[in-house]
Amino acid sequence: MTTIDFRSDLKPAPSESSSALLRQLVAHLRENRTQLREEWLRRILDAELLQAMTRDEIFAEATSVYDSYVEALETRTLEALQAYAQKLSERIIPRGVETHEVVGIVLLLRDVLARSLFAKYQNDARLLNDVLDAYEPAANSIAITVAVGFVRERERVIREQQEAIRELSTPVLQVRERLLILPIIGLIDPHRARQLTEQLLHGIRSNRAKVVVIDITGVAAMDATVANHLVLTVESARLLGAMVIVTGLSPEIAQTLVNIGVDLGKMHTVGDLQGGIEEAERLLGYKVTPSADVVPA
Amino acid sequence: MQVPILKQGPYLIATIQSALTDADLVGLRDAIVEKVGLHRALGVIIDITALDVMDSFATGTLRDIAHMTRLRGARTVIVGMQPDVAYAMANMGLTLEGITAALDLEEGLAHLASPLPPDRRR
Repeated sequence: MTTIDFRSDLKPAPSESSSALLRQLVAHLRENRTQLREEWLRRILDAELLQAMTRDEIFAEATSVYDSYVEALETRTLEALQAYAQKLSERIIPRGVETHEVVGIVLLLRDVLARSLFAKYQNDARLLNDVLDAYEPAANSIAITVAVGFVRERERVIREQQEAIRELSTPVLQVRERLLILPIIGLIDPHRARQLTEQLLHGIRSNRAKVVVIDITGVAAMDATVANHLVLTVESARLLGAMVIVTGLSPEIAQTLVNIGVDLGKMHTVGDLQGGIEEAERLLGYKVTPSADVVPA
Repeated sequence: MQVPILKQGPYLIATIQSALTDADLVGLRDAIVEKVGLHRALGVIIDITALDVMDSFATGTLRDIAHMTRLRGARTVIVGMQPDVAYAMANMGLTLEGITAALDLEEGLAHLASPLPPDRRR
């Protein structure tokens, strides 16, 4: 669980009078809970935020957020709200709620409440000033807390997904005795390139491979670092006694390899995966012939 | 630490058992090159399965052995390199150019026995 370490209290510590004002404020927000909540909901719907959720769901969440908000103002701590914001994020991120929507609804609530304070204290400008002095820093901290909580949760989800993609995406497959293929799909960053190399080298040893076909049809482009790494992989495999055939180079990758001045004597490349496997079979002494017993459909 | 060099038919097999000092490596080089002539060997296999570090001197010496035995009429195959060693060496640019590598002893013998290696790497 992520803990938010900055500003866990509503600082600076308020004076006596501003404490009293905040208490008064909280009482006001409690009294007008139903009406203010309705107003807030109407504003959310008008602004067409949270389109991914139904009206009832928005109402339920809005009620909880409202209560947590008032509670945070009252207790002057943000822990409960932080925890709530994180749970809320966990619920709504999978439904495609965007950052601007979350920030938007919190700011709307802030506006709605400020508006009600204007209405209540409109006859006393000095008191209104004091109330806003007490309210605004607290409201801003709350808005920041919720937004940061949401963004952190989002980043956590993204990190988890990247981790999952990394684990999924590097199969080393044996297609014939002593022949491995390594299909690479997607973006290769230096971290993934390293992992690929490691898996391939250990795969060569455990499968006793003599020829490896690395297919990079699914890689749109690679930068010079990764291209150099590919050359390293080919070299390392050779040191283990295996030969590497690289297939499916896109024009962009071919350009990158030429630009970094790769020694083509060391790189064995074939146009596509089929060609690569055929070449590998030739090297291994396999001969594939159509069976005379089977009548082609 | 001395490296035993065994004769197996027309081939010599040297199995490195542990990390070698530079002096040991030079001794190994001289012994192999001499024995190639002595036994009229056609091939040499150097098994480095037990090595988990290869520095530039070791790489250079292996290359020298390969080239010197070549001049005396025998091919050299390096077998059993660990994946991590291979990766580290490639990273440092130590690539044993012109030397054949094979997965293990069996592969190395098969390579020497084949009249024309399929990939023609020497």
